[in-house]
Amino acid sequence: MDEDTGVISPGGIGFDINCGMRLVRTDLTFAEVAPRLSELVDSLADRVPAGVGARGFLALNESEFEEVLRDGAHWAVKHGYGVPDDLLHTEATGRFPDADPAAVSTHAIERGLAQVGTLGSGNHYLEIQVAHPEGVADPDLARAFGIDRPEQVMVMFHCGSRGFGHQVASDYLHLFLRLMPTKFGLPLIDRELASAPFASPEGKSYYAAMCCAANMSFVNRQVILHRIREVFARVFQRSADALGIRCIYDVAHNTAKRETHLVGGEPRQLLVHRKGATRAFPPGHPELPPAYRATGQPVIVGGSMETGSWLLAGVPSGAVSFFSTAHGSGRTMSRTRARKLVRGRALQDQLAARGILVRTASLRGLAEEAGFAYKSVDEVAEATEEAGLSRRVAHLVPVGNVKG
Amino acid sequence: MKAGFAFVEGATSDLAFVAQAATLDALFAVASEALLAATVEDPSSVAPSERRTLSLAEPDLELLLLRFLNELVWLRDAKGLLLRAESVRITREEGEAQLEATLVGEPLSRIRHALAADVKAATAHGLRIEGRPEGFEARVTLDV
Repeated sequence: MDEDTGVISPGGIGFDINCGMRLVRTDLTFAEVAPRLSELVDSLADRVPAGVGARGFLALNESEFEEVLRDGAHWAVKHGYGVPDDLLHTEATGRFPDADPAAVSTHAIERGLAQVGTLGSGNHYLEIQVAHPEGVADPDLARAFGIDRPEQVMVMFHCGSRGFGHQVASDYLHLFLRLMPTKFGLPLIDRELASAPFASPEGKSYYAAMCCAANMSFVNRQVILHRIREVFARVFQRSADALGIRCIYDVAHNTAKRETHLVGGEPRQLLVHRKGATRAFPPGHPELPPAYRATGQPVIVGGSMETGSWLLAGVPSGAVSFFSTAHGSGRTMSRTRARKLVRGRALQDQLAARGILVRTASLRGLAEEAGFAYKSVDEVAEATEEAGLSRRVAHLVPVGNVKG
Repeated sequence: MKAGFAFVEGATSDLAFVAQAATLDALFAVASEALLAATVEDPSSVAPSERRTLSLAEPDLELLLLRFLNELVWLRDAKGLLLRAESVRITREEGEAQLEATLVGEPLSRIRHALAADVKAATAHGLRIEGRPEGFEARVTLDV
């Protein structure tokens, strides 16, 4: 959308604002982790609350929560929940600078206060994965991203701004629905895509509130990484640093961002809505951190808990989609249908027999997330490469999974 | 028309239900029951130990249903309460639909309640309320 004449749409951004993926490397190999895998998955399930009504370990008051909304992942690192290097490996360094807590309702703040540090449910997960050598599609890029040994153990997780982001988006959806036919004079084609002119006070206010939710989500993933470091350090009796635990990248897939792109050969300032789409900047892009300036941005595409996930990289030809690519494999089957086809406990047992240990807050939710309900992540990753949106780097295979 | 609801296939990422009832008041109450059934495995395990009242107004009935369900989601997340509608009264005036409801339920317990989906919101996607000769029918998609 053009910043001067376009609109901002909560539904076009996605209601779980800054839902995103974080990929973490370790120096450990699967042979080292396998004997402790069960303990590791149990500990992660215990230390990263998931599911309905889960409450985070941070006891924040409203004033502290407003700092979270303003400062994003920088707040977390300042308070000891991470290291400065994590920020360099997070989209926008984990902070959307246009956040203004005054644009967020009391209703939303009350909902979000206890949610920092929680995984959520549905398709949100925390996974221990292995990078098998045969799954590495581009060894040079993989090495540059931190995948540098055979059978390397990785940790990937997928979560967002929890109910807080939803409340922010819902509050403004109702406001925009009221104002579209009256103040804005905009046609209402689909209520889920209600919008406001970006240049209007209400449009600017939603952008400021959305940035707050994006920052809350960055903090959420940052404190979850902190807990992952604690768990690995305890289980393996070595510091997280000594275990080589380092954030490869954290990337959002439900945002709107102000970016400059070439349109008709001319640079234009745009508001890029990415709903279920991952930013994928190419090599040389000025917003990339020095470590990835030559490689292009790491892109994390989540698959099902059975089939694994992909690490991709941004490419120059991605300009055609304003440097956006896929964020996940996507479902092919309704939750209701999946639940009719398999029971959660049976699926958990089947996966354990295949070497994938799953801990879940909801067996019903687990059944809904069965691998057969999802598209092939391999085909999705290949399709993005064939479309010139991103290139494949490494396939990551799950061995342990925590689900909400 | 017998009041009730059913989860339906079709929404791939989300969870959709169809609710039916003879009156609008009953339809909203049934929709609250469907939301509870999406949240916990056994809605009958939610005891009526706490009461809340709720007053809402929106430009039309569908937006009112959306807001009503999202207030129930908010009460779960912000106040830790699992609630259903004990009574609902819907009134309509020109350009506005209003709701007065009494909600009953209890604090969410991760031990006593077998939890199912963490419903994040009822959505405007495909939302509709339609009159039928024998009552009303609503279709709602829940984001989980």
